[in-house]
Amino acid sequence: MNVLETFRTGLEAVVTHRLRSGLTILGIMIGITAVILTVGLGEGAQQQVSSEITALGSNLLTISPGSTTSSSGIRGGFGTASTLTLANATALDSKTVAPDIGAVAPTSSESESLVAGTTNWTTTVVGTWPSWLTVRGRSITQGRFIAGHDLTTRADVVVLGSTTAEELFGARDPVGQTVTVAGLPMSVIGVLNTVGSSGDSSSTSDQDDQAIVPITTASTQLFGGTTRNSVSDILVQATSSSTLSAAYQEANAELLSLHGITTPADADYTITPETSLVSTATSVDKTLTVLLGGIAGISLLVGGIGVMNIMLVSVTERIREIGLRKALGATPRVIRRQFLVEASVLGLLGGVLGVGLGLLGAWILPHFISDPIRISAAATAGAIVVAIGIGVAFGVYPAGRAAKLPPIDALRSE
Amino acid sequence: MTTPERPTGSPAIGGGGAARPPLTLDDTSEVRLEPTGRHPALDRPVIEVDEVRKTYSNGSLEVEALRGVSFGIQSGEYVAVMGPSGSGKSTLMHILGCLDVPTSGSFWLAGEDVSTMSEDELAHVRNRRIGFVFQQFNLLASLSAWRNVELPLIYAGIDRSARKERALAALDRVGLGDRIEHRPGELSGGQQQRVAVARALVTDPDLILADEPTGNLDSVSARDVLDLLEELHRSGRTIVLITHDADVATEAERVMRIRDGEIFEGDLADSAAGLP
Repeated sequence: MNVLETFRTGLEAVVTHRLRSGLTILGIMIGITAVILTVGLGEGAQQQVSSEITALGSNLLTISPGSTTSSSGIRGGFGTASTLTLANATALDSKTVAPDIGAVAPTSSESESLVAGTTNWTTTVVGTWPSWLTVRGRSITQGRFIAGHDLTTRADVVVLGSTTAEELFGARDPVGQTVTVAGLPMSVIGVLNTVGSSGDSSSTSDQDDQAIVPITTASTQLFGGTTRNSVSDILVQATSSSTLSAAYQEANAELLSLHGITTPADADYTITPETSLVSTATSVDKTLTVLLGGIAGISLLVGGIGVMNIMLVSVTERIREIGLRKALGATPRVIRRQFLVEASVLGLLGGVLGVGLGLLGAWILPHFISDPIRISAAATAGAIVVAIGIGVAFGVYPAGRAAKLPPIDALRSE
Repeated sequence: MTTPERPTGSPAIGGGGAARPPLTLDDTSEVRLEPTGRHPALDRPVIEVDEVRKTYSNGSLEVEALRGVSFGIQSGEYVAVMGPSGSGKSTLMHILGCLDVPTSGSFWLAGEDVSTMSEDELAHVRNRRIGFVFQQFNLLASLSAWRNVELPLIYAGIDRSARKERALAALDRVGLGDRIEHRPGELSGGQQQRVAVARALVTDPDLILADEPTGNLDSVSARDVLDLLEELHRSGRTIVLITHDADVATEAERVMRIRDGEIFEGDLADSAAGLP
């Protein structure tokens, strides 16, 4: 009996026992769909987080004042006297000093109250210079951004985030309007693009709720208390992601020499590469994916046990058929193969239908939930392979039992 | 697996005792047996049973179902094996049908020693040499009549078109040429048993083994099936009929009575005198 005949016999058995086959396929199908959707959700979330982080600006180094021994001590300089100055930022911006640094943007920020007419809105006011736009990866939707001459003239101009503009001016065109920042009337020259932040309303993370002013204006006229030339931090953008570590070393060496520090461990600032943020966020999402995938895997396992159960029932129910086939000349190997084919056909059909349902779900679900689903080709192919594998693996035992049945006992059973 | 070089199509039956074509050596090489050195020629019995014993051990209890049975059946004979239940009749049938092997003694079927064969070899012998007719018909309910008949040919490795041709010829032979697409559920008991007989014929076996073929049939259908067996016998088939029914046994030309695992040969009339 050749393979084709065995396959045909197995397939016929699947068709003959439609209901039972259907239910088994359903079990596998649900398992596969669960795997595809959960892995897809996990990967979607992972991609979303990394794209949100990328939206903050790519290849970024953040230099913060204050030293810390902890690698994650980004807040080390908080509240302490700022050791970073505008001059440091200007020095890093030099192509000769740091060829791998693409753009530098010093920022100093404070929370201030903004007043436009009768409307009052408190937001983060960021003092910086023109390359902030490049470093942060932002753009302007209305008007213009801060230019070089605004810095030299310490112009009283402000660029608003889209949320801030809406809060202050509503539907009115904000460009050309006047807004009072910490008592100083400033004219609005532009509005930033919307990056659609995560909906978190805390002012430090909402990239759409801020007001950008020339850093010179900020330090001399808006923010009191600090040394005139000090900055909150310096954002450094490497020329590409591959030169990030070179840019890190150049910035570090330059700052050490500017601050007159001989031992790197004594540095009065901290450089945080953004990649560490990305990798942290990504690893959190990976954990999530693994967790969800694990749960889905369990449902797949349950589906597999379902196949085994059905095949065992099938063997018991078809003892007479097996006995007859053996009496008519089927060898144990042929019987075993027939049942294996049945089991793997159930697995394959369940797998293919499960992938179909999974893809359909991935297409429909994002319309109802806010999370994106990213279908992973590897997970999909893997799911089908696993489904067939489950069919075969869980079919081996019942098939072996069927093959071992003595034909007389089988024929005698009523 | 190669296709046996046997004549296909309708076996030459009903030609007033026309002899079947002699077997060829190709048949034995099919099942990859050690050459026996002897050709199963017509002068040699189809079945040679010598001192066959079968013991079943059920835990500590040993039951001797066959206690040294010896007999021979010639090619073309129609033999009934008769005995009450528990006589060892079923055990004998299983051994003759190569569904089981004897504990001791030897059993030669068409010149091959079956008693020492492996499970796979037994499967091949059942497939090539024996046609079964069971009391329960044992047809697969999901398959049409002709698909049931072709089953043994599938396991013989015969290709699809030849299978259908032979299955249809066999069904025609038992008078069901117009019922080939009917499923067992759509046929009467007698017709189902005819399908089973067609399935037994389709491989052109050396032996047709009928185990209580009329046990599940009404008298009219039973007569029908017995007439069919008689007709097959007349066309030269070797038939062993296993039954507990004396009326059915009289259909055969020779009756072997079995009781307590032992055989009593002879005419029904002779042996009936000694046994109840």
